[in-house]
Amino acid sequence: MSTRIEVAEKILSSNDKIADEVRKKFDSAGVYAINIMASPGAGKTTFIIKLLDSLHGRLRMGVIEGDLASSIDADKAAAAGLPATQINTGGECHLDAVMVDGALQNLSLEHLDLVIIENVGNLVCPINFKIGSHTNLLIASIPEGDDKPYKYPGAYRNVDALVISKIDLLPYVPFDMDYFRKGVEILNPGLESFPLSAKTGEGMEICANWLVKKVKNWKSNLSVENI
Amino acid sequence: MHELAVTQSILTIALENAQKVDAKQITGINLQIGQMASLVDDSIQFYWDILSEGTIAIGAKLNIERVPIEMRCFDCGNLFSPSPDTFDCPKCNSIRVQVIQGDEMRVISIDVE
Repeated sequence: MSTRIEVAEKILSSNDKIADEVRKKFDSAGVYAINIMASPGAGKTTFIIKLLDSLHGRLRMGVIEGDLASSIDADKAAAAGLPATQINTGGECHLDAVMVDGALQNLSLEHLDLVIIENVGNLVCPINFKIGSHTNLLIASIPEGDDKPYKYPGAYRNVDALVISKIDLLPYVPFDMDYFRKGVEILNPGLESFPLSAKTGEGMEICANWLVKKVKNWKSNLSVENI
Repeated sequence: MHELAVTQSILTIALENAQKVDAKQITGINLQIGQMASLVDDSIQFYWDILSEGTIAIGAKLNIERVPIEMRCFDCGNLFSPSPDTFDCPKCNSIRVQVIQGDEMRVISIDVE
C-alpha cells in the first residue's frame, strides 16, 4: 500500500536558500550585486568593461565571470583594471548560488560598491537559478532579432531591467523595435530599458547614471535598516 | 538544458520527505511544471533513471502535470492561452495583459511505501 505525502515545495528551494545567504553576505559588505543575463554574443563583457569607464570615480566595481570553460572574460576584465574572478561551470548551462558563494572568496568585497555577475550566455536556464543578486539585468542585442521576447518569455518576464545593446547596428539589420517592445511590455509591464551601444558609447552614460542612483539609494536604505 | 540540476533537486526533496516518515520505498513523485519553465519531461526522466539508482527512489514513477500558460487581459478581463508568436488578447487585441500561470516548478507530493 502506498501513502501519499504532501510536499508542496519549489523544486529549486534549496538553491533559493543559499542565494538568500549569498545576498546577506553582499548586504553586510554593503555591496550591490547585479546578475547580467543574455544570449552568447550579446555583448555582456564589452558592456561591463565600458561600464567601468562610465563609473570611474563614482562606484568601485568588481566582476564575477561565468562561463562553461576558459578565463577569457575574466582576463579581459582584469586587463581593463577590474577586480575579476572566473567561475567555470564545467558544462552546467547556468550559474547557481553555490558557485557564486565560492567565487566571493576571490573578491575583496570591502573595497567594492558593486559586483557584476556575468552569467553563462543562455536565455533559458540562468533565469531559474537565483544567485543572491539584488537586480537581474537582461541584455538583448539588436542582431539577435526582434522576436526574442516571444521565444524566451521566461527570460523577459523575470528581470528588473533591460539593456538593448548594439543599437549602432539598427541601420544594417532588420529589427522592428515596436514589435520587440510590445513583447517586452506584455511580459514585464513598465520594465526599465536602456538602448545603447557599448562600441560607440551612445546611451552608456544614461545607463551608468541609473546604476549609480540605484546603488546609492540602496546603500542609504541599507544604513537606515542597520540603525 | 538545466534538467540535471533540477532533477537532482527533485530527488533531494523526495528523499528528505521520505526519510521523515521512515519510508522504505518511493513509488511516485508528483510534479507540477509550467509550460514556461523550459523543462523537457524526457530529459528529467533520463537524469532521474541515472540519479535515483542506489536510492529508495529507484523506479519511482514521475507524474508531471504540465501547467499551460494562461494570461488575463486587464482591459476586457478575458482569460486566454497565448498563441506562440503574439501575446495580445485574442478578444480585444489589448497588450495590457498579465501572465497568471505557466512558470511553476513544484514537487506537489510523493507516494511512498
